[in-house]
Amino acid sequence: MDREVTAPISREAAAELNAGDMVYISGTIYTARDAAHKRMDEALIAGETLPLDVKGNIIYYMGPSPAREGRPIGSAGPTTASRMDKYAPRLLDMGLGGMVGKGKRSQEVIDAIVRNGSVYFAAIGGAGALLSKAIVASEVIAYDDLGTEAIRKLTVERFPAIVVIDSKGNNLYETAVKEYNKEE
Amino acid sequence: MREINVETVTEAVRTLCIDANHKLSPDMEKALCDACDKEEAPLGKQILGQLQENLKIAGEDMIPICQDTGMAVFFVEVGQDVHFTGGSLTDAINEGVRRGYTEGYLRKSVVSDPLIRKNTGDNTPAVIHYNIVPGDKVTITIAPKGFGSENMSRVFMLKPADGEDGVKRAIIQAVKDAGPNACPPMVVGVGIGGTFEKCAQMAKEALTRQVGQHSDIPYVADMEKELLDSINKTGIGPGGLGGTVTALAVNINTYPTHIAGLPVAVNICCHVNRHASVVL
Repeated sequence: MDREVTAPISREAAAELNAGDMVYISGTIYTARDAAHKRMDEALIAGETLPLDVKGNIIYYMGPSPAREGRPIGSAGPTTASRMDKYAPRLLDMGLGGMVGKGKRSQEVIDAIVRNGSVYFAAIGGAGALLSKAIVASEVIAYDDLGTEAIRKLTVERFPAIVVIDSKGNNLYETAVKEYNKEE
Repeated sequence: MREINVETVTEAVRTLCIDANHKLSPDMEKALCDACDKEEAPLGKQILGQLQENLKIAGEDMIPICQDTGMAVFFVEVGQDVHFTGGSLTDAINEGVRRGYTEGYLRKSVVSDPLIRKNTGDNTPAVIHYNIVPGDKVTITIAPKGFGSENMSRVFMLKPADGEDGVKRAIIQAVKDAGPNACPPMVVGVGIGGTFEKCAQMAKEALTRQVGQHSDIPYVADMEKELLDSINKTGIGPGGLGGTVTALAVNINTYPTHIAGLPVAVNICCHVNRHASVVL
């Protein structure tokens, strides 16, 4: 079913979502991908605070192309989430509200999603031009030197995504593929 | 001996970088359109519809089709009767990449060292495959390659006894392992034969072949059709969210190989299978 989601997201709101739901996210979300996750992990190991309070927030695994004049952002589709699997459980245990990416997650991440009542959304990979239209503002808030991999605060309006792994651990990638499998 | 100033090459490469990242070739556009008609899953159909809309926005508003504007891969056929003037050909191609990615608002996705990982800031260097051919023309093909699908690509050093069945199993396994990570519906480039590196390069080059055009070798063309059918039975579907269109094409290139070997490379490309060519 179609649902409206507000970001940041509460545990209660995440619990309402089921794998297979089409959602439209509005509010504030943050981008971080490989290099930013590595740096956040190093910061945590060093006992430093993170540049964003992950509690209840949604992280979008995305590194945009540069914005043309007068636009908030360039092309802005999801990157492969599994590369962040090494770092995600720790952030989930700190209260991360949700993640937006594409592709499979490890069992460790799925367990951490269930343990913390979080959620994993997939945005459509390779639809960066279309998805950029749902981003109305973008601001680099940390790690500016990383270029496209810097942490950005995004304001989104009805950003389309699909619930792939819900807070109960249901995984749409597994169930949907089985449904259409016609191999003998 | 025909002379070509390398500045001509730089300008051509700059334009190719920008064009390839904003507009798919007509064969790819048609394949995605046909996929939308064929897909049986409602969600899959919806995703394919959004991909059509994405292409329209990319072209009209000049926003790259995908934010991963790729590592710039080139296949360059150099006529042996051409003499380049004004500098190095490789430097000229890299300068074209630098200008295209900077002036065209394309993402800079290249790091200078695989382990130190500092971004070069201009998407150089490119990966360039040269081939010397008869004549006095130069054909430059760009295939900007995103790494979501590149990461799911494989090389299998099979045994001759594995035969055609073994090759098919390896290709289907690579596609299944890739699943949603490779942004299906995908194009599957395959190289069979040659050596370890030759099969990988053939697989990459196979991705630049037009969708719908089959190998000239009849048994290979049959394999391409059969594999496409098998892949579309896996159920992976658009976005990996279930459906009947997982791949748009399987393109296989072959080459003679050693009596002891059967190398197979599978280079997977997402639905943003970009390639553009120019003849100088």
